[in-house]
Amino acid sequence: MKLLTHNFLSSRFLKNVATGYPLLLRVNEKELREVEFDQDFVQNIMPKVDYNCLVSTLMAIGEQGALPNELPENWRENEELLKELHRVLVKIEVIVGELECPESGRVFPIKDGIPNMLCQEDEC
Amino acid sequence: MSEGLPTPDYSLSIEQRESVYEPAEDTFLLLDALEKDIKKLRALDARIVLEIGCGSGVVSTFVAQNLGKHAFHLGTDINFVAARCTRQTARMNRIELDTIQTDLIRGLRLDRVVDILLFNPPYVPTESEATTDIERTWAGGPTGRGTLDRFLPEVPRLLSSQGVFYLVALHQNDIPSLLNHNEKELKGEIVMQRRCGIEHLYILKFSRI
Ligand SMILES: C[S@@+](CC[C@H](N)C(=O)[O-])C[C@H]1O[C@@H](n2cnc3c(N)ncnc32)[C@H](O)[C@@H]1O
Repeated sequence: MKLLTHNFLSSRFLKNVATGYPLLLRVNEKELREVEFDQDFVQNIMPKVDYNCLVSTLMAIGEQGALPNELPENWRENEELLKELHRVLVKIEVIVGELECPESGRVFPIKDGIPNMLCQEDEC
Repeated sequence: MSEGLPTPDYSLSIEQRESVYEPAEDTFLLLDALEKDIKKLRALDARIVLEIGCGSGVVSTFVAQNLGKHAFHLGTDINFVAARCTRQTARMNRIELDTIQTDLIRGLRLDRVVDILLFNPPYVPTESEATTDIERTWAGGPTGRGTLDRFLPEVPRLLSSQGVFYLVALHQNDIPSLLNHNEKELKGEIVMQRRCGIEHLYILKFSRI
């Protein structure tokens, strides 16, 4: 699971959960994938990304690196920043770990890089 | 089968075949429809592509291979073995894509950002609901639309302003009612149809009004 995917996950579907976002991420195993840098891709996807969720998650897993706490206004022209965004969004891959609902504490396992968001009928 | 555009390599182990849908006529008809529309799809400059029930991963991988530009590709499947198989197929073809094990889109927060949405659902009318993973690949309950009808109301919430939704359906699923299932928000058209043995298959396409 890439952190870009994590950015699009929430546990709001659970009973009594209001936003369920961001999901707390814990990583037991991760890898860095070879993905060719694509400036266009980063520029196009960033407007859909919740930057606070990204940064807090990176901090939690010890990967914040050089990313600033707030996205500077000129991020589109800053190639170094775009490269770092590319790295954290699509190169870091969580293989084993878990996601935790910030409100209910319900845990969703990640196995073989695949988060399991299934739940029992009485949970949602 | 598509002729012009490359189709993905894939290989399902005997174990995977026990629960993962092997690409079949419906899968290939969807690929043909996507190929027919490929210029339009490329012109969308898609950022986010989502496939529901990605199975072997052939469809998502095909789109990723042929869009020309890098988009973010996500697939969901209720069956873990299928979600893993999709990743395997993608990697085999050097495609980056993520999969999530879930029921339809549960857990996804993708409001109005999906540019290309794809679903080849379990569509065969069956007396009872599916109970095993392999049954869930094809069995659609009494109308054949059990799973699909739970998904259709989500479509307008997912699609971006320019987004398109491709759906595989069977004649018995009642094509006219599918096309008009949400006349207020979506317009539907038939992109392709084909008789394959006893199945009369359709590819429907929806976009925002
Ligand atoms: C007809 S197969 C299509 C597989 C593949 N997309 C293809 O075209 O060859 C239907 C797929 O939907 C999945 N599926 C069935 N019910 C589902 C649900 N409620 N949520 C997510 N996926 C589901 C099945 O596991 C299966 O992979």
